[in-house]
Amino acid sequence: MTDPAAEPVLRIEHLRKNFGALIVTDDVTLGVRPGELHAIIGPNGAGKTTLINQISGFLAPESGRILFNGRDITALPVHARAGLGLARSFQITSILPGFTALENVALAVQAHAGSSFRFFGRANAELGLNDPARAALQKVGLGEREGVPAGALSHGEKRALELAIALAMTPKLLLLDEPMAGTGPEETDRLIALLGKLKGRFSMILVEHDMTAVFALADRISVLIYGRILASGAPETVRRDPAVVAAYLGDEMEQPLVPDRDAPRC
Amino acid sequence: MAALDNAETVPRLGASSDTILPVLLFTGLALLPAAIGGETYLIDRFMRIMVFAIAAVGLDLIVGYGALISFGHAAFIGIGAYAAGILAAHGINEAVIALPVALAASTLFALLTGIVSLRTKGVYFIMITLAFGQMAFFTASSLAPYGGDDGLTIHMRDTVFGYPVLENARAFYYVALGCLLASYLLCRTLVASRFGRVFRGARENPARMASIGFDPYRFQLVAYMVSGALGGLAGFLLANATDFVSPAYMSWQRSGDLLIMVIFGGMGRLYGAIIGALVYLVAEDMLAQYTEHWRMLFGPLLVAVAVFAPGGLIGVAERLARSRRRD
Repeated sequence: MTDPAAEPVLRIEHLRKNFGALIVTDDVTLGVRPGELHAIIGPNGAGKTTLINQISGFLAPESGRILFNGRDITALPVHARAGLGLARSFQITSILPGFTALENVALAVQAHAGSSFRFFGRANAELGLNDPARAALQKVGLGEREGVPAGALSHGEKRALELAIALAMTPKLLLLDEPMAGTGPEETDRLIALLGKLKGRFSMILVEHDMTAVFALADRISVLIYGRILASGAPETVRRDPAVVAAYLGDEMEQPLVPDRDAPRC
Repeated sequence: MAALDNAETVPRLGASSDTILPVLLFTGLALLPAAIGGETYLIDRFMRIMVFAIAAVGLDLIVGYGALISFGHAAFIGIGAYAAGILAAHGINEAVIALPVALAASTLFALLTGIVSLRTKGVYFIMITLAFGQMAFFTASSLAPYGGDDGLTIHMRDTVFGYPVLENARAFYYVALGCLLASYLLCRTLVASRFGRVFRGARENPARMASIGFDPYRFQLVAYMVSGALGGLAGFLLANATDFVSPAYMSWQRSGDLLIMVIFGGMGRLYGAIIGALVYLVAEDMLAQYTEHWRMLFGPLLVAVAVFAPGGLIGVAERLARSRRRD
């Protein structure tokens, strides 16, 4: 599916970020090829979300560059990056609680469907916005719930809504920050199946703690520890890398890769 | 300010009350002069209330839908009023000229102050709008050629295409009602439009709005300008209603009054601001008959609304209606 020689969709070069004396991103260099699903794993506090925040523009790096489709976006604000086709989901659910599920997604469609400086006409009655939004909701299994205020959805449904919003942006790169955080086993399985279907159609960066999901989906895995990339490569290579096993995968490898479903996840 | 944070959790009856109440309200206002009869004083009083209601509707647009709590909104009224007053002082008494000038001046002031103040959030936005309001106040006080502290008397009301429409109390009343209705419908349309949906979304979750590709700042700036223009419209009408312009129109107490009207009536429904203006100003008249310290009576009432009725008067009415339906 992915051609190693192809020009990367996203290229991060020598990215560095610190909060005071704490180095949270330490000389990170990585790339995402077209259609590739690149997973980033690592223990809590390794700097995964900080990295996502720098790619999407919520945080500015101290040094280094971020190239998106060959263009340097390091200095662009969040909304401009989104306009170029960079869509993200949030680890901590970030939706518009007072808007219906449909309107949450329709807004994402609206952002990429001509000017929003239109002062007349009811936005929530525009079929040109609602139809693609409905399609995205259906994709994530929320078709029946479009009229529900997003704040009233269950946790799992909110996670799915996050994904629908990102999909409705017709992105060139999806940044998924722990899409399965806090979901139950059934929802996790559904999300894995859904991401499996999306794989190849979008380039994706997936930050995830659920190792079943990661090893089932990823084309490539980078392991982040203390802000530094410890190893990067195909899932099989990473799984056997002694440094990775010692630093992170150790515990999981003892009870092979079928995690205990009842164990609490974080 | 707890009322502002709770706005989202206020129970709502749905679309029906948001249609019926405004229709009743405007029908009532249209019939009021007939009910009052020959009491010109009362017609004049209600006309002035509607003028403040126009500014309150404009304020609710940004407070109720954008959580942009402007504490300097009286400045827009003052600028609209001074535009009319200064033109009149130079012999220009034609609304067709004075009104566009008033609207342009207040919109420009909103643009310039909005560029700066919208970069701040929450309490800082309140403080910076208050500061700009005070700047306008002291600028007006120092306008020596136009009366300075003492203000400026307008010797002749604006004509409309040469006709002295505003000299007649009833005609002026219906002009104010027409302006109020137009302001209300304009804001209602804006809120439901593509533009308004982004503006409302920015209040709920600016990070989410940015990450789907919107820059909330630009939308907030346009809404702030619309809100300022409505303040200018109110100021233009107020100057003509009182035949007088003074820096007192821009005092921070006036800005506070406008916020009270919006919160008291019920934020984020536009007609709530109209009801708030009506109740607040009528209550002021009535309480003022008993004591000049009427604010001491009104203060506790306001605290009670903030604590017990975060949805304002409309919120209370809806809760009553709902509990009755349940019985």
